[in-house]
Amino acid sequence: MASTIRVRATQSGDTTEVQALIQHPMDSGFVKDAKGETIPPHFIQELTFEYDGKSVFVADWGAAVSKDPYVKFSFKGGKKGDDLKISWIDNKGATDTTTAKIQ
Amino acid sequence: MRSGTHFAPAALALAALAFAAEPSALAADTPNPPADAKAFRDFFTQKFPKLKLEDFVNGPYSMNEDMHRQWEEKEQFPPYEFSVDMGKEMFSKPFKNGKSYADCFPNQGIGIRQNYPYFDEKEGKVVTLELALNRCREANGEPPISYVKDEMAALTAYMAFTSRGKPFDIKIPNDPRALEAYQSGKRYFYTRRGQLNFSCATCHVQSPGERIRAEVLAPALGILNAMPIYRSEWSGMGTISRRFTTCNSQIRGVPLDPQADEYRDLEYYLSYVSNGLPISGPGARP
Repeated sequence: MASTIRVRATQSGDTTEVQALIQHPMDSGFVKDAKGETIPPHFIQELTFEYDGKSVFVADWGAAVSKDPYVKFSFKGGKKGDDLKISWIDNKGATDTTTAKIQ
Repeated sequence: MRSGTHFAPAALALAALAFAAEPSALAADTPNPPADAKAFRDFFTQKFPKLKLEDFVNGPYSMNEDMHRQWEEKEQFPPYEFSVDMGKEMFSKPFKNGKSYADCFPNQGIGIRQNYPYFDEKEGKVVTLELALNRCREANGEPPISYVKDEMAALTAYMAFTSRGKPFDIKIPNDPRALEAYQSGKRYFYTRRGQLNFSCATCHVQSPGERIRAEVLAPALGILNAMPIYRSEWSGMGTISRRFTTCNSQIRGVPLDPQADEYRDLEYYLSYVSNGLPISGPGARP
């Protein structure tokens, strides 16, 4: 299985712009399936972007975030060729991590 | 309102063109697909004189500047990417008998989307890409998959992705049954049905660029070139089968089974009249 995280980080001037797309069902727990049974909640709780050992972006997410969420933000600093580490953990304890090079 | 005032003459023009395509010298029931396709294309290019022909494949994004900007941003990070990857993986993974999807298709299934659907003279019916994929599975002892989403969408997304930019090249062989299939597809396209009494053409010929509730309607010209699509409304991928059945239920009609003969014919007609326009699938739609 390929990574659930797609990232693109581009540095220009003194900021780095980051875009990420994460594959996750993000079930809210309020939706029923075709048989009328509730789909149990299953969503990302914490999403972290780390650069140079420091968190540059941390999101506390809940059931209200849509399926396959997309994030875009920028932070001060960042150098071309450096690593940006992205990880998430969901309410079932599942997790995924990936590292992207800043371009 | 601006396009509303354009609408009446345009509809008349279509009617005129439709009749012009079948001059009275020929019996009115003599089908003439090349003339149909030309009239169809001309109707849309006259209705939207600013658009380039290849822009039509981007549906509502070509109709509205705001949406076009959003789309450009979206395309930098397209939501169908996961599906293309899944399709690629499925394509490379052999079936239990050691064969794979690639063995069922010309050129290993790469870059051939523009040739589907085609008319199979042995069977005497139209064969769509989705149908061919499930037949490939069954011929290799695998259970068929759902026509509407997930795996089927992933496979067609990958096949469309490898065919991007290639112009639709649908042929009507010299076989009366092929012409009949084309005519039946055309009939389906223009026949009103459902509680709302809409035909496919009501939305996608009369009113592209207009809003239906919050959405902008796509032109019928090039509408299949972008399939399969990731629809934000569905939060997932959908195939041509999904689009047809959903359209039918939205007009409060009873949808047919996916890949029913009528849908196969409809896909044949609609693809034929978009001949020459490039494959742009998989697409993303709001």
